Amino acid sequence: MEFIYEPWPWYVSGPLIALTMFVLLFLGKQFGMSSNLRTACAIGGAGKVSDFFKFDWKSQRWNLILVLGSVIGGFIAANYLSNNKVKINEDVALKLNSYGIESTQQAYLPTEIFSTESLSDPKVLAILIVGGFLVGFGARYAGGCTSGHAISGLSNLQLPSLIAVIGFFIGGLVMINFIYPLIFG
Amino acid sequence: MKSIIYLIVGVFFGILMYKSEAASWFRIYEMFEFGAFHMYGIIGSALFLGVIGTSLIKKFDIKALGGQEMQLKPKDKSIARYLVGGTIFGLGWALAGACPGPMYVLAGSGYVSILIVIGGALLGTFVYGVLKNKLPH
Repeated sequence: MEFIYEPWPWYVSGPLIALTMFVLLFLGKQFGMSSNLRTACAIGGAGKVSDFFKFDWKSQRWNLILVLGSVIGGFIAANYLSNNKVKINEDVALKLNSYGIESTQQAYLPTEIFSTESLSDPKVLAILIVGGFLVGFGARYAGGCTSGHAISGLSNLQLPSLIAVIGFFIGGLVMINFIYPLIFG
Repeated sequence: MKSIIYLIVGVFFGILMYKSEAASWFRIYEMFEFGAFHMYGIIGSALFLGVIGTSLIKKFDIKALGGQEMQLKPKDKSIARYLVGGTIFGLGWALAGACPGPMYVLAGSGYVSILIVIGGALLGTFVYGVLKNKLPH
């Protein structure tokens, strides 16, 4: 029964992501997870401040239900289907150790950043808030995130999505090569 | 009835994100270090099938359930918004180690701290909405 706890290899995971996208297409919807953040702002009354949030958010109800499902999925997977340890490349792990992230190979998320105790560290709190802020701001500015651009958009051979994905990598590479040494060095 | 279908798709997607480790901060970091094929294999194989399937849908004009058009609208043309917005997104993706889908999944997995990330993402979305007309698109 041990195999239940094993991670799924890329050649299982990737095709299942494509399947998710096609199921949504057949249901008449577009795969895109970051639009839920806009919907949440609209529900919270942000339409009073900006027209960007004035839209019929009820038409996005299906996507909110999808989010609810993925929360449940995350609960099931973490509690019943995983040993919650991610094994990564040894050299990469050593580099993380040198940054003071010692939970590498023994946790699903680095405990140095994501454990509840670490929340009392202002630096950790800043990482979480700023990281989230950039994801939310950037996703809306770019008109989509990994699901909307890297999967749906590129599958539809959209040049804008290719430009966005190139941007994702420029940002990611700048972050880990130039900003990580400043944060963790 | 339809709600249940979306709920099931969501549960499936959540398990998939967690089990594929695409929701792991470590895997995102490793990807940006080019340390393993794993994440590239996931995105690459999803795209391989995605491109084939999407082109078949277009070629044979396959309709969605109920005969409605598939949601395959072309994206608006621009460079600035995609490059700048994408770069900002990438900075956040590498810092928080999670993109929007996995954020929700990790909340279900019991990581309280991810709620702070989601709060930040909501704030970022809100600020974009406020500044939208002042930004180059």
